[in-house]
Amino acid sequence: MTVKKKDTETKAGRRNFLGGVIASGATAVMAPTLAGAAEPAASGPAKAKTMPPSAKTAASETAIPPDMGHSAGVPGSDFMVDVIKSVDIKYLPSNCASSFRAIHESLINYGGNTKPEFLTCMHEESAVAMAHGYFKIAGKPLITLCHGTVGLQHATMGVYNAWCDRVPLIILGGNDMDAAHRPPGVPTFHAAQDINAIVRDYTKWDDTPVSLQHFSQSFVRAYKIAMTPPYGPVAISLDAGLQQEPVKEHGEKLYIPRYVPTSPPQGDTGAVKEAARLLANATNPVIVVDRAARTPEGIPLLVQLAELLQAKVFDQGGRMNFPKTHYLSSGPAAIPGADVIIGMELSDFWGTVNAFTDNAENGGIGANSTKIKPGTKLISISSVDLNTKSNYQDFQRYQVIDVPMAADAQATLPALIEAVRSAIPNSAKDAIAKRGEAAKKSYAEVKLRARQEAAVGWDASPISTARVVMETYAQIKDLDWSLVAAESPGFNWPQRLWPMEKYHHWLGRSGGYGVGYGSPAAIGAALANRDLGRFSVSFQPDGDLMYAPGVLWTAAKHKIPLLSVMINNRGYHQEVMHVQRLSNFRNRKVNLGGDMGPVGTSIMNPDIEYHKLAESMGWWAKGPIKDPAQLASAIKEAVAVVKSGQPALLNVWTQPR
Amino acid sequence: MTSIRFIAPMALAIILASNGAFAASAEEGKTAYVKNGCWGCHGFVGQGGSAGPKLAPDPKPLDFMAAFIRHTNGTMPPYSEKILSVEDLASIHAYLRSIPKSADAKSIPLLN
Ligand code: HEC
Repeated sequence: MTVKKKDTETKAGRRNFLGGVIASGATAVMAPTLAGAAEPAASGPAKAKTMPPSAKTAASETAIPPDMGHSAGVPGSDFMVDVIKSVDIKYLPSNCASSFRAIHESLINYGGNTKPEFLTCMHEESAVAMAHGYFKIAGKPLITLCHGTVGLQHATMGVYNAWCDRVPLIILGGNDMDAAHRPPGVPTFHAAQDINAIVRDYTKWDDTPVSLQHFSQSFVRAYKIAMTPPYGPVAISLDAGLQQEPVKEHGEKLYIPRYVPTSPPQGDTGAVKEAARLLANATNPVIVVDRAARTPEGIPLLVQLAELLQAKVFDQGGRMNFPKTHYLSSGPAAIPGADVIIGMELSDFWGTVNAFTDNAENGGIGANSTKIKPGTKLISISSVDLNTKSNYQDFQRYQVIDVPMAADAQATLPALIEAVRSAIPNSAKDAIAKRGEAAKKSYAEVKLRARQEAAVGWDASPISTARVVMETYAQIKDLDWSLVAAESPGFNWPQRLWPMEKYHHWLGRSGGYGVGYGSPAAIGAALANRDLGRFSVSFQPDGDLMYAPGVLWTAAKHKIPLLSVMINNRGYHQEVMHVQRLSNFRNRKVNLGGDMGPVGTSIMNPDIEYHKLAESMGWWAKGPIKDPAQLASAIKEAVAVVKSGQPALLNVWTQPR
Repeated sequence: MTSIRFIAPMALAIILASNGAFAASAEEGKTAYVKNGCWGCHGFVGQGGSAGPKLAPDPKPLDFMAAFIRHTNGTMPPYSEKILSVEDLASIHAYLRSIPKSADAKSIPLLN
């Protein structure tokens, strides 16, 4: 029996399903051919070799099996694997758990542990952050399985980061829902009425399927929602019973809906025209971007718009939006002189045009001030306007915008570019050219200043962060490098000093500033880069690494090459400064308790030997390196190790910032 | 201070006359600089960075520094006399003055 394909769905009755398995050997059974999706499921889920028709299976075709136990017939979780395979997901980072043992077993045995390949993780937060980093290189989401309660509780911070960073990922949470039949004791502690409740405030969508057909619709729907801008995480609760039970004997016609990507929302024509009119007639237009380049194709579009207007671009760095080597590349200094500002996919428009000073004013809550001239016109294109939730405050302070567009910036750029082109009056062309000349001059000055500032403290020990960054660059500059994470707050030497041009040169940060993102996200991105033959490097803060260092083992286990250069300032440095600040505000001498930073903020006495930690989990590692003169040779060695396919870590003692 | 033992008495006299008091207070200043958290925002050698500007080499005059530190109301938190004594402030300034000039960016191959 063969499976009949319809335009939008593939039908497979229970009999078709089994018949396909038996008759078609290695051919695809359940997975429909996907128009628009990257690749159809490789060799099909139903490999005769991995699931030979046992006597029991064959008997179940023709008769009611005498044993109606859970292991009879085709497991429901095999069908779930067919569904997952239909959208071509390459990896599944996960920490194993009993509530999804059935789909786990199906994935690795029935599904052959490919597409997705199970990656063994030691913490759910690591699994989620790996998926987060992976997406930013591959442009494809990963899936993770987690225990619905305790596992999802571990995963939550990673999910929040992905939410704030507009990154799609698919969480399948195991949950044993049937209170009358689930095993008592631990599995019952780990069960809940509604596991998704804990992530509902920071996922785009979630569901709790109660049948296999429900699962297949929900899964494809979840994938589609996650991949429609604004991207975001989605969650599906997987009932343990549903996974474990066999596909029903009679009458159920299971099918897998075809995934067809939804086109992203584009700005309204009238609003685009008005924005173009303002920009074309501005004396000093400024473009501000955060996550405007959703894919590599976004970069040349932004270059086109900037060059058309000869407008400075302030790239806030949520993604690699604009080449750092372009003379129109600028910083926040461009804001005060602007008369028209267009912000694209900004996470904080208020913070872009206003300043907050964390001082003792206003009863100790700090002072606010505007950065812009009165009358400055503000334009916004943001897809996140379509997806605002109430509880978590990632929408930031309210900013009045003159031309707000609830739309995807990258999808709107072609129309905006055309509209600007036709709106520029001939009389403005000279002034626009002059603007470009002035920008070239200030760009050269800014670059020179960055180099001068980097030189100060060049020979210091602990080593200056600028020196670590440039010693690293010297060893990788001829490779196809990708800076996959650099999480220390305020650490911006790579942006100031490296010639970042390509989308994979910089991936942005965590999104929600949840610490612990750096190491797993770097490893997830390095996995994607490995498959593309690129060299991955990260600057790894000490505090960030210690949230879930088990991810180092995952990298070694799965042979994910990454050069991790530590920015080890031996403390939670942001908090070192916060507590110092508060002590001063309150006129109290700060209590250091024998460390360098205020009590509770230092990571010293004893110092953590990160190189030994990494070595113990299968990494090549060296340290602590305190003398800048030793840095070049150590990095060179580490680069050679990474090129051979292994991860390598350098424990470098650095200046605080 | 062990190295002083090896310096000829004549030379020692000259050092003490010109630099001795200053050298001692620069050393104390380094301790005070760390104990009072200046390093946290300005770096151990006053090189500056994303959390605070460069203070050394060539620090601004002591008068300026004192006035700034006591009364600033910007991103840097002010230090009253209660938490940072006049003496510590002076020795911090001495420490900042003792920091040698760094190489020019043009002479550092990695920055060119
Ligand atoms: C919490 C961070 C922080 C700490 C701690 C801190 N500073 Fe500052 N400092 C700053 C910032 C930021 C500025 C820039 C001016 C501003 O925005 O307030 C600054 C400015 C200064 C200036 C003026 C520099 C100039 O060229 O105008 C001096 C001098 C100075 N700091 C000295 C010190 C000393 C000495 C200490 C320790 C006793 C110290 N600071 C501790 C953050 C800090």
